[in-house]
Amino acid sequence: MNNNNAKAKSTKLNNPRLKNTEGNSTKKINIKAALSLATSALLGTSVVASCATQAQDVDEWQFDSAFLLYSEVDRVSASEAIIAGTKTFANDEVLTLKLTIDALTGASANGAVAQPNAQTFTRPSGNGQYVTAAGETPLDDTFKDTRVQLNGQWTQPLTENITGSAGGHLSKEYDYLSLGINGNLAYDFNRKNSTISMGLSFFQDTFTPEGGIPKPLSSMLVGDSSASDWDTEFAKTRVGDSENKSTADVLVGFSQVINRRMITAFNYSYSMVDGYLTDPFKVVSVLNNDGMAQDYIYENRPDSRIKQSTFMQAKYHFDDSLLNTIADVSYRYMWDDWGISSHTIDTRFAIPVGRTSYIEPHIRFYQQSAANFYQPYIIVQQEKTVFVSADYRIGEMTSVTVGAKYGMTLNGGNELSFRLEYYRQMPTSSGFTEPEALQTQNIYPVVEAIIAQVSYSF
Amino acid sequence: MKTRHFPLNKLFLKKTVQFHQPKFKLTLLAVVMTSLSGCSSLGVEPWERDLLAKKAMALTSSPIDSALDDHIYFSKEASSGGKSFGGGGCGCN
Repeated sequence: MNNNNAKAKSTKLNNPRLKNTEGNSTKKINIKAALSLATSALLGTSVVASCATQAQDVDEWQFDSAFLLYSEVDRVSASEAIIAGTKTFANDEVLTLKLTIDALTGASANGAVAQPNAQTFTRPSGNGQYVTAAGETPLDDTFKDTRVQLNGQWTQPLTENITGSAGGHLSKEYDYLSLGINGNLAYDFNRKNSTISMGLSFFQDTFTPEGGIPKPLSSMLVGDSSASDWDTEFAKTRVGDSENKSTADVLVGFSQVINRRMITAFNYSYSMVDGYLTDPFKVVSVLNNDGMAQDYIYENRPDSRIKQSTFMQAKYHFDDSLLNTIADVSYRYMWDDWGISSHTIDTRFAIPVGRTSYIEPHIRFYQQSAANFYQPYIIVQQEKTVFVSADYRIGEMTSVTVGAKYGMTLNGGNELSFRLEYYRQMPTSSGFTEPEALQTQNIYPVVEAIIAQVSYSF
Repeated sequence: MKTRHFPLNKLFLKKTVQFHQPKFKLTLLAVVMTSLSGCSSLGVEPWERDLLAKKAMALTSSPIDSALDDHIYFSKEASSGGKSFGGGGCGCN
């Protein structure tokens, strides 16, 4: 925003005879102007012919962009790009449009446990097999997807103390479609030091995995996929092409300014998820008493889940003696009817460095208990359970994120920042005793990832 | 003596529970009321918002970072939301 003004001013100074409009017309159209015009065109709002008015309109858009690289050691890699445009209108109405594009590649744990010998699995599509070496955690390396997501949010004051907001969401992957809407009302009182808010959101997702939806608890077909009866046999392990899931969330929040240096927030949320909650790509190893794999069955999760959470956050602005650091500390407790409960502590300290930059160390600690149907494997004699999943993400786990962000304000007010973090997931046993063959195997492997991000606001 | 003491103890315990339950509720109510009415004395005047008005003091100071983090942790852990909607949105595994 300021960059444009600065450029316009300098042009005018160098060419005093030039009028403001001429100054703008000779100015090279920068990325921001182009994006603003493109956004206006998409929205159907009139792009005025007059350059002077155009410059004024253009200046009202603020853009935030980021590129993120998430890379796990020997597993998934994701790159994600975001651009969000925000425009404030005359009566404090705010429009935000956001485009997210991400690409995922790499290998993802398929749920089966490591064995003292090599293991062969059929790809989720049914087209071919992959082999996991002895002593290795089975990973499906065909994991690949590209996602495009669009978000729009309109926020406006409804009365002096009430603000309303409504938004829409669309996300499309090769095998996944998600549509969502949300609405939020916020009421300010006590000289706008206190705010109560309530929000509702609803998502409708459709999952169409390649190879179809596997029949829950059925055995994975392993064999020669070029055989003449392969397709017929594979089809017997499928129950359809697609499944749906709906998510309804209610969020009630309260925020309170404590004093000139401190603000706090408290949230309660209730979330109902219904439909297909199973992961069609995950299997569970069926082992004999010695711990040797006899079979792999497709996992099965309940078709509903109710999650609740409480969240509290405090931000504190220290004084000169602590370098005007801003501390941001939050805690979330989540629990659901699958038996999972979790604690999340997130802390950030934004420490100013000089006049125009800051460094922000970040530490996040997360711990969850296992879902009551989580089992790392099944012993063949065990009574057949209706629901079972060996997905470590719903097992007992602790994870830690440590990193820092460095940000600077450039000439003209644009902001540039870099973030580098290390994320470590440490799954643990929730009381399972390993049979003999598994005692030398790593059943709960650690997952490590690097998160690197560059952000630019203009 | 022993037989007399036992039921007396039991009675005493029962009474304590009966007495304490409403008392606890009353205390809880008092705490909630105090904290709610206390809110009106908390806060600042409009001219004292110099620090709170900073972008870095906003509850979500970097929405882009939050969105990216939410996506990562939604995909890798069993919890989501809390600060904002948990939502659906991707089949990201």
